[in-house]
Amino acid sequence: MTSIGTGYDLSASTYSPDGRIFQVEYASKAVDNSGTTIGLRVKDGIVLAVEKLVHSKLLVPGASNRRIQTIDKHIGLATAGYLADGRHLANRARSEASNFREFYHSPPQVKDVTERLGQYVQVYTLYSSVRPFGVSTILGGVDKTGPNLYVVEPSGVFFGYHGAAVGKGRQLAKAELEKLKLAELSTREAVFEVARIIHLVHEDNKEKEFELEMSWIGAETQGIFLPVPKDLHQEAEEKAKAALDNFE
Amino acid sequence: MDHFPTNWGRPRNDAFDAYGTYPIQQRPNNIKDNFNGVQRTQQPIVTGTSVLAIKYKDGIMMAADNLASYGSLARFKDVQRLHAVGNHTVLGASGDMSDFQYIQSLLDDLIIEEFTEQDEHTLGPAEIHEYLSQLMYGRRSKLNPLWNSLLVGGYKDGKRFLAYVDLLGTTYSASTIATGYGSYIAQPLLRKAVEGREDTLTEREAQAILEESLLVLFYRDARSLDKYQIAKVTESGVSISESMALRTSWSFAEGIRGYGAQTQ
Repeated sequence: MTSIGTGYDLSASTYSPDGRIFQVEYASKAVDNSGTTIGLRVKDGIVLAVEKLVHSKLLVPGASNRRIQTIDKHIGLATAGYLADGRHLANRARSEASNFREFYHSPPQVKDVTERLGQYVQVYTLYSSVRPFGVSTILGGVDKTGPNLYVVEPSGVFFGYHGAAVGKGRQLAKAELEKLKLAELSTREAVFEVARIIHLVHEDNKEKEFELEMSWIGAETQGIFLPVPKDLHQEAEEKAKAALDNFE
Repeated sequence: MDHFPTNWGRPRNDAFDAYGTYPIQQRPNNIKDNFNGVQRTQQPIVTGTSVLAIKYKDGIMMAADNLASYGSLARFKDVQRLHAVGNHTVLGASGDMSDFQYIQSLLDDLIIEEFTEQDEHTLGPAEIHEYLSQLMYGRRSKLNPLWNSLLVGGYKDGKRFLAYVDLLGTTYSASTIATGYGSYIAQPLLRKAVEGREDTLTEREAQAILEESLLVLFYRDARSLDKYQIAKVTESGVSISESMALRTSWSFAEGIRGYGAQTQ
């Protein structure tokens, strides 16, 4: 942390002499501490999965703070980083999507929502009076161009991916994603893969409990973004645990 | 340039605005009409005629023809006047078709907004009807009504729902409802065929009842068409049929004096 004490990291509106904006880099640090989030773009759809770390045994399972959120019928979003920031961005994405529908009388492509969300995030890197968002957002959906997956980073930049991972276990998750033949996988197969990868990357963080959150969209959901049904969720999780035992 | 013809050739009020610094619309003596520059809907333009709906054994069934008239001109003959709202509700509209299209887009947005909540609740026909009644009454209270008579039908949690709401915000519910000219011509036929038999009428019988009423309306209502669609809402959701044609017979016309070529 060479930036600390130099005075160039106090505001998002100040560059350091070598051209960096430390506040934006700190925001990325906030993302790196959070539970892993994975997005997969496969043959006919998208699967999003989140390792939701449970910070207290007293919490009611599955009752609060979903980290995968629905933006439009055909678009979903998963965040890593500050939960509340993620919720704010999801609300923004929803209003952008509905604004697009009102203006163009047609459903937005994933790219349209991503571009607008990217601009919104970028504005929070320009002023000393605001703090950049401490979240990386994975947006996925199926539109008229097919399945699409994007990641919006705290700086406001966004890229399209075949497979994306952000958060604590991203390195290992990315290595696993690269082994998959994403273009040939069906969404159902992808559900099993993401469940396995989330369980795998959790190994390094085993002292904490976690909930697996998964949502998908594809031919099986008739192009609607939905949580993975309970029975499939359970089956995928059991298989993931079994695969993990074999791995060891 | 002053783009308001009513101001052309009139002296500018130099005492008030010697150098023309006021934006045109704020200049005094530029009152365009008694409505202070705003006009509200005073009549429907492109209109649809009657919608019919009944309850039957498995749910509700609704019918409307495919015509949108421009005055007495049969202007558009391929207009769908039945609209699915979510998975439990169908909306049928008579009256102004552009207002109906506006209502459709409002409801589509509402359904998406509710969907994104992911709270395992969905809007049923009763909620949609309540929303529409508040919308219609709100608009009439602004003296700017949405010029429609709407039927809302649906099936959710084992219950049938059928209700009416119009441009004044008036609502009522019944086991048979018809809007417009159909409320005079078809409603008595529907009541006779349906009342007391709501729980036993089969899908086939219900469809036959509606088709018979549409046929009578086509003979009697000069703003109607022989192309129509039927929607049904049951346990398994909403389905709206393709366009179908009524089977009409005009042989009786020969016996009517004053109709067609006269031989004597």
